[in-house]
Amino acid sequence: MSSIATSLPRFDTPARLAIGVLVFAVLGLTGTAFQPDLGALDLPRLSIVVTVLAILGVRYSLGFARHRVGDLVIGLVTLLSAWFLIETVANHPGLAAPGFWYLTIATWFASWLFVERMAHWRGLSPSAQKLVNLAIPLIFGATLLVLWQLVVVGAGIPQVLLPSPGAIGARLVNSVPVLWADFQQTFLKAVLAGYAIGCGSAFVVAILIDRVPFLRRGLLPIGNLVSALPIIGVAPIMVMWYGFDWPSKAAVVIIMTFFPMLVNTVAGLAAADAMQKDLMRTYAASYWQTLVKLRLPMALPFIFNALKINSTLAMIGAIVAEFFGTPIVGMGFRISTEVGRMNLDMVWAEIAVAALAGSLFYAAVALIERIATFWHPSQRG
Amino acid sequence: MSGTVGPVLVVLLAIVAIWYVAAVALNAPFQRDIYARAGQTDVPFLQLVNDTLAQERPILPSPAQVAVEIWDTTVNKKITSNRSLIYHTGITLSSTLTGFVMGTLLGIGLAVLVVHSRVLDKSLMPWVISSQTIPILAIAPMIIVVLNAIGISGLIPKAMISTYLSFFPVTVGMVKGLRSPELIHLDLMRTYSASRAETFWKLRLPYAVPYLFASMKVGIAASLVGAIVGELPTGAVAGLGARLLAGSYYGQMVQIWSALVVASVVAGSLVALIGLLEKATLAKMGMNR
Amino acid sequence: MNTAAQLYTPAPHGDRAGPVIDIEKLSLTFATNDGPVHALSNIDLKIDEGDFVSFIGPSGCGKTTLLRVIADLEQPTAGRIAVNGMSPEEARLNRAYGYVFQAAALYPWRTIAGNVALPLEIMGLDAKEREARIARNMELVNLKGFEKKFPWQLSGGMQQRASIARALAVEPKLLLMDEPFGALDEIVRDHLNDQLHQLWAKTNKTVVFVTHSIPEAVYLSTKIVVLCPRPGRIYDIIDSDLPRQRTLDIRETPEFLKVAHRVREGLKAGHSYDD
Repeated sequence: MSSIATSLPRFDTPARLAIGVLVFAVLGLTGTAFQPDLGALDLPRLSIVVTVLAILGVRYSLGFARHRVGDLVIGLVTLLSAWFLIETVANHPGLAAPGFWYLTIATWFASWLFVERMAHWRGLSPSAQKLVNLAIPLIFGATLLVLWQLVVVGAGIPQVLLPSPGAIGARLVNSVPVLWADFQQTFLKAVLAGYAIGCGSAFVVAILIDRVPFLRRGLLPIGNLVSALPIIGVAPIMVMWYGFDWPSKAAVVIIMTFFPMLVNTVAGLAAADAMQKDLMRTYAASYWQTLVKLRLPMALPFIFNALKINSTLAMIGAIVAEFFGTPIVGMGFRISTEVGRMNLDMVWAEIAVAALAGSLFYAAVALIERIATFWHPSQRG
Repeated sequence: MSGTVGPVLVVLLAIVAIWYVAAVALNAPFQRDIYARAGQTDVPFLQLVNDTLAQERPILPSPAQVAVEIWDTTVNKKITSNRSLIYHTGITLSSTLTGFVMGTLLGIGLAVLVVHSRVLDKSLMPWVISSQTIPILAIAPMIIVVLNAIGISGLIPKAMISTYLSFFPVTVGMVKGLRSPELIHLDLMRTYSASRAETFWKLRLPYAVPYLFASMKVGIAASLVGAIVGELPTGAVAGLGARLLAGSYYGQMVQIWSALVVASVVAGSLVALIGLLEKATLAKMGMNR
Repeated sequence: MNTAAQLYTPAPHGDRAGPVIDIEKLSLTFATNDGPVHALSNIDLKIDEGDFVSFIGPSGCGKTTLLRVIADLEQPTAGRIAVNGMSPEEARLNRAYGYVFQAAALYPWRTIAGNVALPLEIMGLDAKEREARIARNMELVNLKGFEKKFPWQLSGGMQQRASIARALAVEPKLLLMDEPFGALDEIVRDHLNDQLHQLWAKTNKTVVFVTHSIPEAVYLSTKIVVLCPRPGRIYDIIDSDLPRQRTLDIRETPEFLKVAHRVREGLKAGHSYDD
């Protein structure tokens, strides 16, 4: 009895998803895909792929083919199906009928099923596991993009509300010179200059006040408070003081990055424990020797924490400061003016660049952190 | 580590002093221009100082000017008047709080899902974490304008930005918190053959409470920033962000500074409020140290 | 904080026959929120060159505090103390001693060799001298071949050996050790005790060693100082008549057990009015 029970498939999430794939594939294949009267079966390539998907769904719901090869097959077929859906809907924009939506849902479920199965792959080598852990969120993100594309094109959502990823991508490729100029103005000038000056000066100030306990006690609570304040509000002041060009944005970035760096560096300099300080004392080490050989290395994890927080703050500061006035170039300027002109595809392209720049900036800092604090338990992995 | 009050006060006084000196220094050139045009020479230094601190449109207003402006626009104006700073603060505060509550609920909900679903953990969580590294605030104008275009305006679009900004820290903090019980405690629950729900209510949730408050502090500060920035693209209509923008349009430094000070006070109070709530809750749970 | 220097009256110079550590009527009182705590009270102690002295006693008896006073990590409130005929502060500034802590306290961002080099860099020795001393002392603690490893890649026992090498690299005549093997398991501890004994026998250094293990104290020491708490004071000083050359087997002999017995009686007596 028990042996039969174990051999029967449990009605688990993959099984439910597989049945979903099957049901919606059948509904989609039999219904009207596009107005006025185009059935899915009139689209041979799409219907073949979806049929295969439905068959695979049957197998999964019955518990067959539940191994990595089977999973990869369904992933591949899902990819094909998504591709044909995108291709087909491009020919019938805004004309999607229920059948098309059923097929979209079937494909979505199939992708979900694939990710669900992948998340439970066991016994992989560490590097393969790393690859899978990277692939899962990427597939998840790709699925969202495909759904976005299908819904926007299929339902004919106007460009001024939400452009499709395809349109955004096309705009991105066509506007490289403009985007590059904006990137230069905002990132390469305002963000980097402000970030370097803000973090650098805060570091120096932290070292200075570290020698004066009175200042440390007075400045730390204030620094902590300031990090909760909407400092971004100084942007109009900086624009009035330093003009429209990038120095005023760099000034905003300096102010925004200063306090997190100050607070973290001071906290980091206090991180060396009593025993290690005693050790330096038994060596009769001078203040500077203790600072360089013990306390600064000890403070590095804190300092990098601030550098990472600041990488994001710097981007936000520079972009939002541009909402208060800029010359006619810059990421924040582009976003606010193109929003005004309802050129949303350009806005999205700019946001994509901002997101990419932001995460690469962060990743670069994190990489340096990995190299510099290889010894820290959080980095040993 | 005894007594931070004294040092803090001294540092604050120093900041005010520096502010005054800077105000005099920055405003002096313009004041000298005025004297020169009026043909006044040999103006006594004290008068120069007085005049620089009382300019109509200073480069840097003095703390006293800002204080007077705040007093004028809070106490001396009707609350319903759109020249009242209380009115503008109320507008910003309402979208901040709406957005914050929605963001916190959403964040907690998502965290609960992520902790209990391997798939969501692996597929969604990397995006939530990496979204912290991108300047999400950049999409604020778009959200406002697009929602306006389909007829949604006023509080909701701004609250949505606040929601968006506060929900990420809450999610990340709560996931960390819900995962913070040690293995030994989870094993203990297993020996009781406790269900997932029981483990959640009796172990994970209490453990997550300190994390929740920590991320709520970050979240509410972010919410306020979101609400202020959300007020920029609609043009200077109402709210603290609008005051900032209007001030920068018309070169009204005093107005900008007073809006900024009020926004800071609001932010500080909101964070302090959550701190009090945290203290009370943790005391009730016996987790205060 | 100059109390130590003021309390100290210098011994006549050139008196090399004098004790390495000379403590007279030394007291140390901490002020706490619950009133003063008498960590050390009226300590008299002389330690001669080449001695291996153990401080043993229950927690709170001030044995670590006494060691820290010798190292100038704490300042006494009364009495006098001389280390090598100098005040502890002068001795510290002269790098007269090496100190081994309860934990290895190695810097995780330095290799083992880098950690051993740390005090040498601070003393301003040149690279050649540093390398020679690293090689010599790594060999002495049997860590040859591990120079390029990082501390966190080594076992606890090896880490503690590295920290001993670091203390030895200063090449002090005096070695101060504060429960260096307290966190290690019994087997590793036996092994390190044996190695430490051989090291001491080979180099003829003066060692002051804090422990709460009776076998460890008896096995290693030529002189055992039993302390008791509240206030922290010396209850008994036992001069061990065990031979200078020993192996771990000595722990089964009646002579060893006799000394151990006396230590145990001292600890018990010091503890008796505790509860």
